[in-house]
Amino acid sequence: MLDVTAPLLAVNDLQAWYGESHILHGVAFDVREGEVVTLLGRNGAGKTTTLKSIMGIVGNRTGSVRYEGHELIARTSDQIARAGIAFCPEERGVFASLSVEENLLLPPAVKPGGLSLERIFELFPNLKERLGSSQGTKLSGGEQQMLAIGRILRTGARLLLLDEPTEGLAPVIIQQIGKTIRALKEQGFTILLVEQNFRFASTVADRYYVMEHGRIIDQFANSELDANVEKLHDYLGV
Amino acid sequence: MLEIFGIPSTALFGQLLIGLINGSFYALLSLGLAVIFGMLNIINFSHGAQYMMGAFAAYLLLQYTGLGYWPALIVAPILVGITGVIVERLFLQRLYKLDHLYGLLLTFGLALIFEGLARNKFGSAGLPYTLPDSLRGGQNLGFMFLPNYRAWVIVASLGICLGTWFVIEWTRLGAYLRAATENPTLVRAFGINVPRMITLTYGFGVALAAFAGVMAAPIYNVSPQMGSELIIVVFAVVVIGGMGSILGAIVTGFGLGVIEGLTKVFFPEASNTVIFVIMAIVLLVRPAGLFGRRA
Repeated sequence: MLDVTAPLLAVNDLQAWYGESHILHGVAFDVREGEVVTLLGRNGAGKTTTLKSIMGIVGNRTGSVRYEGHELIARTSDQIARAGIAFCPEERGVFASLSVEENLLLPPAVKPGGLSLERIFELFPNLKERLGSSQGTKLSGGEQQMLAIGRILRTGARLLLLDEPTEGLAPVIIQQIGKTIRALKEQGFTILLVEQNFRFASTVADRYYVMEHGRIIDQFANSELDANVEKLHDYLGV
Repeated sequence: MLEIFGIPSTALFGQLLIGLINGSFYALLSLGLAVIFGMLNIINFSHGAQYMMGAFAAYLLLQYTGLGYWPALIVAPILVGITGVIVERLFLQRLYKLDHLYGLLLTFGLALIFEGLARNKFGSAGLPYTLPDSLRGGQNLGFMFLPNYRAWVIVASLGICLGTWFVIEWTRLGAYLRAATENPTLVRAFGINVPRMITLTYGFGVALAAFAGVMAAPIYNVSPQMGSELIIVVFAVVVIGGMGSILGAIVTGFGLGVIEGLTKVFFPEASNTVIFVIMAIVLLVRPAGLFGRRA
């Protein structure tokens, strides 16, 4: 069937630099409303830089990032956030000088329709128990990850950029995060995920793009995953 | 006459009061420096000049517009704060990615320019600023005489310091400021206009200096060098308290004022150096300052 709806996020010829080093060489992909799309690739392939370039927090970038039909490439990162995109960084970015509650309430609402705190505590019951904790960074790694995801659900952003949310976490926590991502998808969130762990990705993703040396080199749907496992092992070097 | 440790109590309380007055100015100025350093990573060497500008703004408002002390206490910090906003937009914002040294040199140069301009226009003799009528006189507390204006300086300084501390530690705006001090890039990626917040923070820190300048005008002479005489001590206070620590700036500001005052009573010869001696000891024992977090 012909897809007549424009993608929610359309990235074209995206180039990015850190200082002198040219990291992205014309990345192009799109994400449709309500999808979970995963960027796979080895360390240094440019996955994180792609998320940061969409968010406007790399040194220098060119090309096109269109969100809901609006061109974002010339906008600053605060304007991009206000367009309705939220970012959860790989290092989680939990603030040590803020309490757990302050961390959770930090990102301002950018659009109406964000999740209520009750809803967020349903997704992450542990967070509610740790609310009184004086320092955000005193939480365990898994709790910090939940805090980092939880706080961007309040803002009303409909596109979530999640950078390796499972990195360094215990299997039981990874399962919980997988469950959360599926719940968020059901609620209509659109998610662009960066992952090294494609077994985890396969439990949540609709489609995959594979990156190498700052380019997209392959793509397939989740239904085609089995047919592509050999190739993926090759790409990811696992 | 009542004596404590062999010192007449009036002399002791008198020096304690002077210590608290000086401490009020140390606290206000080091608070501004700490706020600016925390957010901008800039050691604002023009802080003393901006304090002086506050005093001159009050003087000029009175001379040319007839605005008295109370309105000047609000108008002068706003006017000087606006010059701070202009300085940040024109110069400082270009320096954040560079070493601290550049910010220090630039603000030091600006201080020389501001002071030079003031000296050129008003001479270096100093100008009088009369006390507001409502704060003349004083209270006899039995053990000492407390001039109303001095009491006001202490109360106002404490109020401003604690208010600032409260906003930074306990409000949403303060959470933005603390978060942006830690990771400005991420805070901006949450949709907060961090560059504007930085500009306003500098404006606020400068306004604090100007507020101290207006409060100083009736006590000290309004003179071009009034800031540079004070700022050296204030930098020592900031080093002792710990760069960027809000509460540390307030507590050490008042505390060192009192210590300095007491030194004048018990060992007058050391009163000019005691703060620097303490600074040296603190640097040896706790290089990050009494309240500083290790970077």
